[in-house]
Amino acid sequence: MAQINITNVSKIYAGGVEAVKSVSLDIADGEFIVLVGPSGCGKSTLLRMVAGLEAISKGTVEIGDRVINDIEPAERDIAMVFQNYALYPHMTVYNNLAYGLKNRGTPKAEIDARVAEAARMLEIEPYLTRKPRALSGGQRQRVAMGRAIVRKPAAFLFDEPLSNLDAKLRVTMRGEIKQLQKRLGTTSLYVTHDQLEAMTLADRLVVLNGGQIEQIGRPLDVYHTPASTFVASFIGSPAMNLLRATREGSRLHFGSQVLESDRLSALPTELTIGIRAEDLRVARAGEQSLTMKVDYIEELGAQRLVHGMLDGKKLTAALSPEIELSDTIALTIAPSRLHFFDVTTGKRLAQIVDGAVGKREDTGALEMAGG
Amino acid sequence: MTHAPLSSPTPAAPFPSGAGGLFRRFKARPSEDTSAKRVQFNSPLLPYLFLAPQMAIIFIFFYWPSVQAIQSSFYLEDPFGFGSSFVGLANYTDVLKSNEYLGIARFTAVFTALVTFFSLSIGLLLAVKADGVIRGNAAYKTLLIWVYAIAPPVAGLMGMMMFDQHIGPLVKFAGLFGWEMKVGLNYNDTAFAMIVVSVWKQIPYNFIFFLSGLQGIPVSVREAAIMDCRSGLRRFWTVILPLLAPTAFFLLIINTTYALFDTFGVIDVIVKDKAANNPITLVYKVYMDGFRGNDLGGSSAQSVILMIIVFVLTIFQFRFIERRVHYN
Amino acid sequence: MYRTKFFDHVILLSGVFLMVGPLLVALMTSSHEAADIHRNGLSILPGGHFIETYETVLTKEGGFTGKITGLRMMMNSLILGLGFAAGKVLLSMLAAYALVYFRFRFATITFWMIFTTLLLPLEVRILPSYEVMNTLHLTNTYTGLIVPLLASATGTFYFRQFFKSIPDELLEAARIDGAGPFKFFIDVIVPLSKTMMAAIFIIMFVYGWNQYLWPTLMTTEEGFFTLVRGIKQILLVWVGSNIPDYNQAFALAILAMLPPVMIVMIFQRWFIKGLTESDK
Repeated sequence: MAQINITNVSKIYAGGVEAVKSVSLDIADGEFIVLVGPSGCGKSTLLRMVAGLEAISKGTVEIGDRVINDIEPAERDIAMVFQNYALYPHMTVYNNLAYGLKNRGTPKAEIDARVAEAARMLEIEPYLTRKPRALSGGQRQRVAMGRAIVRKPAAFLFDEPLSNLDAKLRVTMRGEIKQLQKRLGTTSLYVTHDQLEAMTLADRLVVLNGGQIEQIGRPLDVYHTPASTFVASFIGSPAMNLLRATREGSRLHFGSQVLESDRLSALPTELTIGIRAEDLRVARAGEQSLTMKVDYIEELGAQRLVHGMLDGKKLTAALSPEIELSDTIALTIAPSRLHFFDVTTGKRLAQIVDGAVGKREDTGALEMAGG
Repeated sequence: MTHAPLSSPTPAAPFPSGAGGLFRRFKARPSEDTSAKRVQFNSPLLPYLFLAPQMAIIFIFFYWPSVQAIQSSFYLEDPFGFGSSFVGLANYTDVLKSNEYLGIARFTAVFTALVTFFSLSIGLLLAVKADGVIRGNAAYKTLLIWVYAIAPPVAGLMGMMMFDQHIGPLVKFAGLFGWEMKVGLNYNDTAFAMIVVSVWKQIPYNFIFFLSGLQGIPVSVREAAIMDCRSGLRRFWTVILPLLAPTAFFLLIINTTYALFDTFGVIDVIVKDKAANNPITLVYKVYMDGFRGNDLGGSSAQSVILMIIVFVLTIFQFRFIERRVHYN
Repeated sequence: MYRTKFFDHVILLSGVFLMVGPLLVALMTSSHEAADIHRNGLSILPGGHFIETYETVLTKEGGFTGKITGLRMMMNSLILGLGFAAGKVLLSMLAAYALVYFRFRFATITFWMIFTTLLLPLEVRILPSYEVMNTLHLTNTYTGLIVPLLASATGTFYFRQFFKSIPDELLEAARIDGAGPFKFFIDVIVPLSKTMMAAIFIIMFVYGWNQYLWPTLMTTEEGFFTLVRGIKQILLVWVGSNIPDYNQAFALAILAMLPPVMIVMIFQRWFIKGLTESDK
């Protein structure tokens, strides 16, 4: 058990490409951190630097109170679960679990005990004498986890461990990983490109883009107050609607359509507006509204995703399936649910307008703008 | 892709000789190809230790002789063994001006073309048929490939029996058509026998590769082709054959080097050191001049010419043929 | 449909006849007496002298010096085949391991130096190679017979390709599990390569057993002759006589092809896999 401190870590490849740009991150003991981002964002590279599989170009990584930059992976007191499991195909499950312990000279009795314990925990006891090829994907995944557990390491590193599983199994395993981590209380660093996985697993999630941290925060905080348009579009499904708008006084112009609110005065005149699909609702008669031309709908059962155009720009609304649909719908949104971003940097303007726009509880509909 | 000749870079075959390997390497983008793993061991000594045996053997038995060949091609060896003198390109000009040498080169070209063509087409024909039938597939396969394991000179010996003046059934058969075959005495008849034996020996190799090439074509692609095209022959030409192109391209090179070099044993057994009136190939000429004629310089010059031919062939085939081949 | 299948089988059977016929004739004819063959030609039916002929061929001392037996030649062929195959597997595995799993300064140049050997077959550098062997006094030795044949990169590329197909994560997992270069080689690479090693061993055994030109040059003492090398000698003796020993010639040919043919037949699946599928 240990905390991990990543300080100004960079990865610069031979060609001068900077895959990770001065990232700093402090992970508390027992915390479950998920690194999430699109492919090529540097999340795996960062993880692999912690594991010792990539050299650290700049900065330091500490596990416990030990700088581990120049320490062999085997000595770092970590265990890793790989995307393709990386089980030794010629060894039985038992030997797969025991191999790392044997190499450390752990006494035989102790190895037996630890393997038995891990096998019990993961319910893979019946398979200990089998070879990996005789196991299903989910069972292999458990063996891979078992190999990490028996080591009793200071930290678990997960490199997209669930992406080789089918959708249903992925959900089950996700739950098991979370439970197991809670029970063992081992500090964990988990890499995924799947935002849903990130949301469900993380104590805190770290959104990476282009080798830099876009945002660190608890899943719900990141969801509700995304720090940038990148995070806004990456976290949450369907992705947050991002629309360009201009402000004239208290009116927001989306092309020819207009919303009015008296609390916009502190905002710049050009901005990007973020709207979560589920924050849109059908306007009641007399309410001010935005008119969406419906293109197609996706039925999700509990919800219905309505995709359409708002003045030539794409917009998605998550509506109740009970609502009757026509070719156009009038939608409205509570002003407190609007997200504002800088047009050029994509950074959130929340701080600037907090006072003006108000809190999330504000549910008052916008007044219909004249014309 | 589950199958090698369709997917790009694989070394195939015990390259009995030569150039085959080169293409596959080129395809694999050698620069990126030299370092394979994301993570490697760092050790100042170990890699050299692991490489040492292989490198030592390559240096002593490959680089040293190759350099010597090039070097002695510029020297004239004293017939009595008292040293040698530098003669520049004289050995080369002598060789290239010799009518005998040019005749042999011509024969080699014809021989290579015919052997390659026939062993490829027969191998392909049999592979396509074996791939098509369900009943007896495995038995055919087994029966068709075992000749691969026979050494060229043993194949040559078998050929000599088949073409024997007294007992050879093929001679008798030819006799039915009024062809008095005199293998070993008549230039053309000998050449014919050589080609037949060389083709025979090489068919299984091509069969193996074409068959696994065919089996590597996804069932879905064949099914799509069946939907799109009624004529089986047309399907073969427009879908199957283009997909087999990488295999065929690879085999073309292997077969060319086979015909140029590996047929040595066949030829040696059939001509039995009496090369005078018999057709021989360039490699055999190198051997004759070097070991029977003791013409070290001339033989070395010929070696170097062969090396250049292999190089040029390699590059030519790579640049001009591979371009028309579909890789996926 | 039925008709096409019928013709397919006709073509395939002709192919089988073409490929197998000569072998069958050789086998059958070898069981007849020489005089009988001389009179009646080749035979596709067994004669009654099978054991006799093979016993003579295997044990009778023959050749120019009258010292070499078929058994001895078979032994030599076996030594060449096994020695070559074992050497090839060992050398190329080690070299490929270094090339794939180590980062070192001269990796690229080493790679190209090994790679170049694929360009020039032994046949084109035969004379200087012979000179080198003379200088090293290695003619008429098993070392001289086997070792120079190892100077090509075929096996190295096989293994290199295979190692590259082993997932990177396996090495990473092993490193986290505390395995060093030797441990990883012994504990992971060797067990994983077993099929590959067997396939290459088989292919290389056949290749070594079938060597002709190099043994012809390297061995002038008949005690070192291999079966394949002896073939021409047989023919030379045979051509001169009145009633050639066809039966013995065929018997030797059968002996020379039997081990490689058997191996290809028995290990057909590995053999074809090794030949065509070395990247999986």
